[in-house]
Amino acid sequence: MIARLQQLGRRGCDGLETLGRAGVFLALSSFGVPSREGWHLWLRQMHFVGVLSLAIVLVSGLFIGMVLALQGYTILVDFGAEQALGQMVALSLLRELSPVVAALLFAGRAGSALTAEIGLMKATEQLTSMEMIGVDPLRRVVAPRLWAGFVALPLLTVGFSVVGIVGGYLVGVEWLGVFDGSYWANMQASVDFLDDVVNGMVKSLVFALVVTWIAVFQGYDLIPTSEGISRATTRTVVYSSLVVLGLDFVLTAMMFGGLS
Amino acid sequence: MKRSKTMELGVGIFMLAGILGLVFLGLQVSGLTFSAPGDTFRLEANFANVGSLKPRARVTMAGVTVGRVTEIELDTEWYDARVVLELDAELEGQLPRDSTAAILTAGLLGEQYIGLSVGADPETLTHGDTIRDTQSAVVLEELIQQFVSNMATN
Repeated sequence: MIARLQQLGRRGCDGLETLGRAGVFLALSSFGVPSREGWHLWLRQMHFVGVLSLAIVLVSGLFIGMVLALQGYTILVDFGAEQALGQMVALSLLRELSPVVAALLFAGRAGSALTAEIGLMKATEQLTSMEMIGVDPLRRVVAPRLWAGFVALPLLTVGFSVVGIVGGYLVGVEWLGVFDGSYWANMQASVDFLDDVVNGMVKSLVFALVVTWIAVFQGYDLIPTSEGISRATTRTVVYSSLVVLGLDFVLTAMMFGGLS
Repeated sequence: MKRSKTMELGVGIFMLAGILGLVFLGLQVSGLTFSAPGDTFRLEANFANVGSLKPRARVTMAGVTVGRVTEIELDTEWYDARVVLELDAELEGQLPRDSTAAILTAGLLGEQYIGLSVGADPETLTHGDTIRDTQSAVVLEELIQQFVSNMATN
């Protein structure tokens, strides 16, 4: 009984310690861009994390927009309200689907790769060698990745929304025959730039920080064996997804739930 | 070096596309315009029942949006709802004192808004005045009750 309690206590202490380490890690590594060389490192990571994720994010956005329009149309047409299709597609994309789905895809596509990359660097003792020759791996390796993720995910989210709305247009207007003008006019009447677009961007910024933070920290903190790397990669995707979905509820309650 | 150039170009295009996308969301999707909010003036109107009218609802005249609802609160003196309207400043001194305000519904399931119609009084409404002649929101239950009682008397 007492041993159980002790075990529980140790788990709690370990968890808190990891959280504290992750916090210090974030604080130390987030100041590392200003030099000219840092800029180049950041650019390289932007290319890897952002540009190369573009394909999967945009294709998913297109299909989600098209499915939303199709499903929304079959429901709305029963009430004779198919003109509200644009409003439905735009609001559900901007407020919820774009930030969340883009963050989940980002965690799977870029987050796991970041963890594996940093983890392998640690396992092959590249990080230690950097320290030996006087290069701070937090500034050189972690900071560019952290900042690249923080900038790239909101941009990807914007792309997701735009492509989704266009996909909804293709299905709703071009295929199902909703009137073109009412698609855009209803959308413009109901979407508010501050309430919907900017709040979606704020969500996306929070998710970007959390997902990249989890990814680089899991890579930096793993046990440097092949098994450790595979576990850390899995943990990145699982933790990121759970945290994104949980935080999404909290943020939605704060932004749209009338708590503020 | 060449590889790095194409990479830079890719990142540049990516960021530009993101910013353009945000502009698209602003202009085409949320219908943002660059015109500053014009001058406005306030009118008040008391309704016996506001139904599901919400702050920020439209105020229209002949179907044209001329302002918005800013506040809805209970008037404890008369126990009805006091609605504060914010109208375009160019209408100040143009509306006759006996203009009426009615709460209307857009479509069957649509949102509620306020429709103004013009009276004939030579005196006009200015900042802070109250519209006397108002028409409450139609409450479906009351309509049905009326219909049923009419049926019963017939």
